[in-house]
Amino acid sequence: MTAVTEEWAERERTAQAEAPPLVSTGSVRDFISLLKPRVMSLVVFTALVGMLVAPGAINPVVGAIALLSIAVGAGASGCLNMWWDADIDKVMTRTRNRPIPGGRITGAEALTFGLTLSFWAVFVLGVATNWFAAAFLAFTIFFYVGIYSIWLKRSTPQNIVIGGAAGAFPPMVGEAAVTGSVSIDGFVLFLIIFLWTPPHFWALALVKSEDYARAGVPMMPIVAGQASTRLQILLYTLVVVPVATIPLWRDAGGPLYAFASIAGGAGMLWLAFTLWRSGGDRVALNPYGVRTAWRLFGFSIMYLFALFAALLVEHVTGLGPIGNFLPARGLW
Amino acid sequence: MENPVANGGRRDDAEGVSLTPAESHRRHTRNVAIGVALGFLFLLFYVLTIARLGSNVLNRPL
Repeated sequence: MTAVTEEWAERERTAQAEAPPLVSTGSVRDFISLLKPRVMSLVVFTALVGMLVAPGAINPVVGAIALLSIAVGAGASGCLNMWWDADIDKVMTRTRNRPIPGGRITGAEALTFGLTLSFWAVFVLGVATNWFAAAFLAFTIFFYVGIYSIWLKRSTPQNIVIGGAAGAFPPMVGEAAVTGSVSIDGFVLFLIIFLWTPPHFWALALVKSEDYARAGVPMMPIVAGQASTRLQILLYTLVVVPVATIPLWRDAGGPLYAFASIAGGAGMLWLAFTLWRSGGDRVALNPYGVRTAWRLFGFSIMYLFALFAALLVEHVTGLGPIGNFLPARGLW
Repeated sequence: MENPVANGGRRDDAEGVSLTPAESHRRHTRNVAIGVALGFLFLLFYVLTIARLGSNVLNRPL
């Protein structure tokens, strides 16, 4: 066999191996993993808190259905994100075994699945609650897929700053499902998640920058360098920590929330400050910086969870605003 | 034509596709999941209708 024939035979074998199967071969578990269940659970949690802090009431059955719609909408966004990012997922170690790069589900299947779920999530939310909430959910899906995944993610290091809005919308969608509008308290919850996103994701990007560089995603540590990213993490943390105390001043948060926002905020500031002080050259963190970045990444999840869990518990148990527990009520 | 043994027993050719036992099983569970999802959607609309009607369902002139 000549070299040329051999090359063509090799190409043929590769094409056969990479060609999508004629029939669907994905399992139910693969389709569920397309929905990013962990992200879904976070969305459900924050949307539930948005529903609880809303100045209004909702029938519990309708509320549960609204929450389910928001969860399915979040899952649909995750699915459409995986459809679009399959090429990136294939080269990143963290994501290369996902159903599409793993060859178990085709891109067309994922696209159909994601669009179908998006339609049903928006439709059911509209029918169950109101069409403002449904339109808001549709916009959130569009923002995550169209604005973040398709446009920003591959074109600017500010991708997760602006794209982070998509992850911050669910509390407002939850509130809109209850009242048909959005209040300042709902907007504050949005603002907390929005400002929390950059320190959270950049801490991960600092330690996974090689992965992102290989995939050609212009994350901040790759474009601006890790020293600048560490500084920006600190600056965003300096903003998000005081913003997270706003629910206290607005009588939306009680003593649990006060503890979560002040103690958690102090922890965030300490870790962001420590990370900023940790050395390293322009490209790579030193081992101490890597450890600190991982700690900040993990702690930021606990911080956000604690803030929303505190609001949830206080609204369920009827624990009043922090002002009720202080002697000088007039100061609040 | 591709080697059926190398392909886990699946045969894709002009006559059609014959699935491997594992693929058949996965397709069966997918079909069941779609059926369950449709049944759930049916139930969801029923429950939603009742919840939205609420006590107003009894409020009708005789």
